[in-house]
Amino acid sequence: MSMLSFERKYRVRGGTLVGGDLFDFWVGPFYVGFFGVLTVFFTFVGTGLIVYGAAIGPTWNIWQINIAPPDLSYGLGMAPLKEGGLWQLITICAVGAFGSWALRQAEIARKLGMGLHIPFAFGVAVFAYISLVVIRPMLLGAWGHGFPYGILSHLDWVSNVGYQYLHFHYNPAHMIAVSFFFATVFALSLHGSLILSATNPKAGERVKTPEHEDTFFRDTIGYSIGTLGIHRLGLFLALNAGFWSAVCIILSGPFWTRGWPEWWNWWLDLPIWS
Amino acid sequence: MNPVTGIFRARRFVQVAGAAVLASLGLAGCELPTGKDSEQLGYRGTGMEQVTNARTEAQRAAANQAPPSLDPVEPAGPLAGDLYDNVKVLGDLTITEFNRLMNAMTEWVSPEAGCNYCHVPGDFADENIYTKVVSRRMLEMTKAVNEQWEAHVGDTGVTCYTCHQGQPVPEYVWFDDPGPRQAGGMAASRRGQNLASSNAGSTSLPHDPFSPYLLGDREIRTIPTTMLPEGSNPGNIMDTEGTYSLMIHFSESLGVNCTYCHNTRSFVGWEGSPPQRTSAWHGIRMVRELNLDYLDPLQPVYPESQLGPHGDAPKAHCGTCHQGVNKPLYGASMLADYPELDKVRRVARAAMPAAEPVVASAVVQDAVEAAEAVEDMVDDDSE
Repeated sequence: MSMLSFERKYRVRGGTLVGGDLFDFWVGPFYVGFFGVLTVFFTFVGTGLIVYGAAIGPTWNIWQINIAPPDLSYGLGMAPLKEGGLWQLITICAVGAFGSWALRQAEIARKLGMGLHIPFAFGVAVFAYISLVVIRPMLLGAWGHGFPYGILSHLDWVSNVGYQYLHFHYNPAHMIAVSFFFATVFALSLHGSLILSATNPKAGERVKTPEHEDTFFRDTIGYSIGTLGIHRLGLFLALNAGFWSAVCIILSGPFWTRGWPEWWNWWLDLPIWS
Repeated sequence: MNPVTGIFRARRFVQVAGAAVLASLGLAGCELPTGKDSEQLGYRGTGMEQVTNARTEAQRAAANQAPPSLDPVEPAGPLAGDLYDNVKVLGDLTITEFNRLMNAMTEWVSPEAGCNYCHVPGDFADENIYTKVVSRRMLEMTKAVNEQWEAHVGDTGVTCYTCHQGQPVPEYVWFDDPGPRQAGGMAASRRGQNLASSNAGSTSLPHDPFSPYLLGDREIRTIPTTMLPEGSNPGNIMDTEGTYSLMIHFSESLGVNCTYCHNTRSFVGWEGSPPQRTSAWHGIRMVRELNLDYLDPLQPVYPESQLGPHGDAPKAHCGTCHQGVNKPLYGASMLADYPELDKVRRVARAAMPAAEPVVASAVVQDAVEAAEAVEDMVDDDSE
């Protein structure tokens, strides 16, 4: 099998975190590693359990399949398989698969001698998931606080949990998270349009260079963050969006039980005017 | 980088970050992540839950305890209506029951001012005191609630204490409130919202959810019934915000969140709603009737000091009875201990008096003596 130009650098021994040389090999173009094996294991077991959960459920309608967490009465204990136990096992598999994947990314980064930006970035997304199904349920004392696995059912959960705090848009961390999401999309749209414009010139014109790009933004908004900087900014915005999303749901319940609008009474109660 | 500088930088970073986190937490007045209770209200995984803070729950519970009931009495002796003058709604009570109820009402409504809060000292039959006229109407209202609104109050029922809780004017009543003075003319932009009023739970939503819905009968359901806007829904966004404001008032008054009455995947659908929504539906109609038939019409009876900034009578909303609890007094039925309230005679609405002059009577002396006896009983109880 032929190799891409950079694969020679990638296909080096070492850099593994666990397992030494045992799983340090490739299957076709894919690096395996100890965490690759773990990922495959958790993925197949978890997916199998989801299919089993769908099979014992009332519908095969992809939108309506629902694998719900246990009743709150089970607390932080295990529940019978058909009464939320399945959800617990699937959660273990999901956390195992996502965590293993992040560590496999770390191993590959070490082989390449590059920074850990990719596993760190993916880790923030995994942290957001773990916040929802592990950290917040543990703080509230029952696995039943996790969200159900189903396309529509998890949206219903989001709606109800939001309305547990009367008006979730008043959650300050939610405000920050939403602002970061919008900023991420805005930055990506600016960047994407710039790159597509620069690389698709009119017939007869040459592809534009970063000097053109910088000039365009200096002319329009007075500043260009530059070719490297835009990716740093993108990473910063995107990771903050995920991070503050996790914060906003961990706050809701463990750290605040009333309506979020009332939280802002600290502002009304400031001694300056109250 | 110089390693020493690096350590200082790292330490400085930790200090700044730590201070920022502490400051934001302190500022937020967030709660500690301990002592949280939760109750499941729907099928598992639907997110229909009440999460509560044990510390604030304990304070709430302590503030909403029913007082011990007075010793029951055997109905004995002549009827109060035969014995006293101007006994209009309590005439069917025997003298023992009458005295017990007067005694209880004094503790429930005016424990500090005593009998004289509603009676002219020395002449209990005197009608020239507005509080007596109001309390008579309130007795009728209590009877009406217990008799006609079982769909909302169930067997628990209400007594004077449900709203009054030891205060002459219940703590939670509402007036037509214009709010603080605002810009007018072309600069007027508030449109009844953006005031962070407690009526709407500190939101920017319209701050008077009461007059349109609990005095008027503005349509609360604004959710469209068609997939696309076909012009069949008379409601608009402002109507929706009005409804949202009313719903937040419900939540704040009952100390519950939206999922107590709704599965929010469809606010309008009854099939997914908890049964409490039915009680609330009746409650809205009940409060409307009480405001229209009992509370608002008392306006001419009140002195100016008891009226709102626009000169309207004090009126009821959900919080008047509920006072922050899903079931007033946590569902304790004081009514069961006071069968006297069941004997209140409801006078036809047309007969509601403007303050009538007192007619001197042969039994006034008896009434005064009985009143003194009641006062003695109150004194005994307070010792």
